[in-house]
Amino acid sequence: MLTMAEAVREAMSIAFEERPEVFLLGEDVGIYGGAFGVSGDMYHKYGADRVLDTPIAELGIVGAAVGAALSGMRPIVEIQFSDFTAQAMDQIANQAAKIHFMLGGALHVPMVLRTPQGSGTGAAAQHSQNLEPWFASVPGLKVVVPSNPADAKGLLLSAIDDPNPVIFLEHKLLYKIPGRDPVPEGATRIPLGVSKVVREGKDLTIVATGIMVNKSYEVAEKLAAEGITITLIDPRTISPLDMNPVFESVEKTGRLMVVQEGPAQAGFINEVIAQLAGSSSFGSLIAPIKRLAGMNIPIPYAPQLEKAAVPQIEDIEIAAREIVKNWR
Amino acid sequence: MSVNPLLMGHPLSSPEHARHALLYMWRIRKFEEAVEDLFGRGMMHGTMHLSIGQEASPTGMCMAMTLQDQITSTHRGHGHCIAKGADLTRMIAELLGKKIGYCGGRGGSMHIADVETGNLGANGVVGGGLPIAAGAALASKMMNRGTVAVSFFGDGAMNEGAFHEAANMAAIWKLPMILFCENNGYGMSSSTAKAFAIDNLADRGKGYGIPGVNVDGNDVVAVYEVAQAAVDRAKAGEGPTLIIAETYRWKGHSRSDKNLYRTKEEIEEWRTKDPIPRFISRAIEAGLLNQKQCDAIQNEAIEAIKAAVNEAVKAESAEPSGLLDAVFKAVSA
Repeated sequence: MLTMAEAVREAMSIAFEERPEVFLLGEDVGIYGGAFGVSGDMYHKYGADRVLDTPIAELGIVGAAVGAALSGMRPIVEIQFSDFTAQAMDQIANQAAKIHFMLGGALHVPMVLRTPQGSGTGAAAQHSQNLEPWFASVPGLKVVVPSNPADAKGLLLSAIDDPNPVIFLEHKLLYKIPGRDPVPEGATRIPLGVSKVVREGKDLTIVATGIMVNKSYEVAEKLAAEGITITLIDPRTISPLDMNPVFESVEKTGRLMVVQEGPAQAGFINEVIAQLAGSSSFGSLIAPIKRLAGMNIPIPYAPQLEKAAVPQIEDIEIAAREIVKNWR
Repeated sequence: MSVNPLLMGHPLSSPEHARHALLYMWRIRKFEEAVEDLFGRGMMHGTMHLSIGQEASPTGMCMAMTLQDQITSTHRGHGHCIAKGADLTRMIAELLGKKIGYCGGRGGSMHIADVETGNLGANGVVGGGLPIAAGAALASKMMNRGTVAVSFFGDGAMNEGAFHEAANMAAIWKLPMILFCENNGYGMSSSTAKAFAIDNLADRGKGYGIPGVNVDGNDVVAVYEVAQAAVDRAKAGEGPTLIIAETYRWKGHSRSDKNLYRTKEEIEEWRTKDPIPRFISRAIEAGLLNQKQCDAIQNEAIEAIKAAVNEAVKAESAEPSGLLDAVFKAVSA
């Protein structure tokens, strides 16, 4: 069973074999193998020209990727921590995202920006954020948040194929763990913009992203033994967002809980709620929507503080029980 | 009228080259005057950044470039687009929000790009084009294309992090890139004296281990010569060059500029350094053109701009329908 880091590496390696114009650039992606070991031995396999170590210059790195993408290459950028995309935001939000539209469609930017995100490593506030809403609020970026190795591989292959800039947000706690499902061999793609129904139930719909899919799954397993069944939906691509499975599921369960690790305020899950509120499926709800998200604080350092800042399995379990018990 | 957009070579190497240099400088000048006029008549929306007075720099640089060589440009980018060979009608049409405009009315003055002439786009963010040009040069190197990428930018951009990061990457990887600074003395209202603690901006090249070259940016011949040397160096795999072209914009930064930060005398002094008559004298002296021919070239530019404006004015307006579908390039099955 591959871990997510291995699955991401396998997808990149397949793309390297398929297309000579694919290359990887970023800080320490070469001989070091990437800060989280994602590029691993790719430097030795493909050489320094295609696994390109860069200076510590996030704006320059992303800009170079944009320019290369405009000129016939298909760069994969690794930004060491998603927090550091702040350094590169002009090239991400003003350049990559807008070039195709703003310049009249003659040019496009086939670039993937992969970056680890999320808390749980004791790295504190500048190395632990979940920045989905930063990217999802910019028209012109596709945003992918894989929750397991199999999806990560298939989605990354599609992201590399895509003629548009794709932000690929990898939760760092998922890197070292295998998924529930084995990673398919070969170059099987998973299309962007298709939500996945992870499991089906009749009492509650949970929409969760990234690592929260795994936490919610555990809760769903546990509650199933008690007769509470949950439909768990992983959007996988948060922009563009496929809401259809959410509408369909809410019509059956009548209850919705949305879960993300990032802060609630202006978070991605609010988009799910807003779209549901404006849909005809809204009338199927028999319970208020439960929103479970990180606290509206920077991620703190100490383990007990860090844990308190983001939803834990117990929080999801308590919330799920309450919504099902209190609203019948 | 079809004009060979890229006649390469020294502006004084033949009558055709002299004609080309003069014609392109006039095309830029007359284009900018037309923009000002359209703006004044309320036909143009938004804002404008005119490059009147700076025509020699893009013209000289682009005469050292092939069609496949790439540029990135700036908010003050009309001259770069024209010098690289952009279609005048599509440019004016863009400013007027027409469907046939380069960006279909979605970009306007600050975002004209032209794939056919290697123009990766003007840029509304100061310094935004620099890392992009480095990436284009990186792609050229990786694909053994033999092309060079030139980033045009102003003195203001040299204090952006993007300049630093792009210059350093181009230097360490010996990219076929040229960092072409049009030093017009001001980043909006901030003079270079206020914004730099060094007198000569070309000194910055040393910090990156690349040549920093000064040139009179109002002398199209001198610009061409340093440009050609930088292109040769880049294409020989020796890496980037920083060119500082000293020039001046006669007009304000944009439409809101009241010129409070500079004197009338200063503007007048620079008007005497007008790159166009300077080149006319050179070309006549060299026996390449006569006054009558020079007048005809000026008229040719005037007529070309007039024709472009007339055609663009008549063109169909851009419509909001389809905007949502324009955000992403469609994924081919």
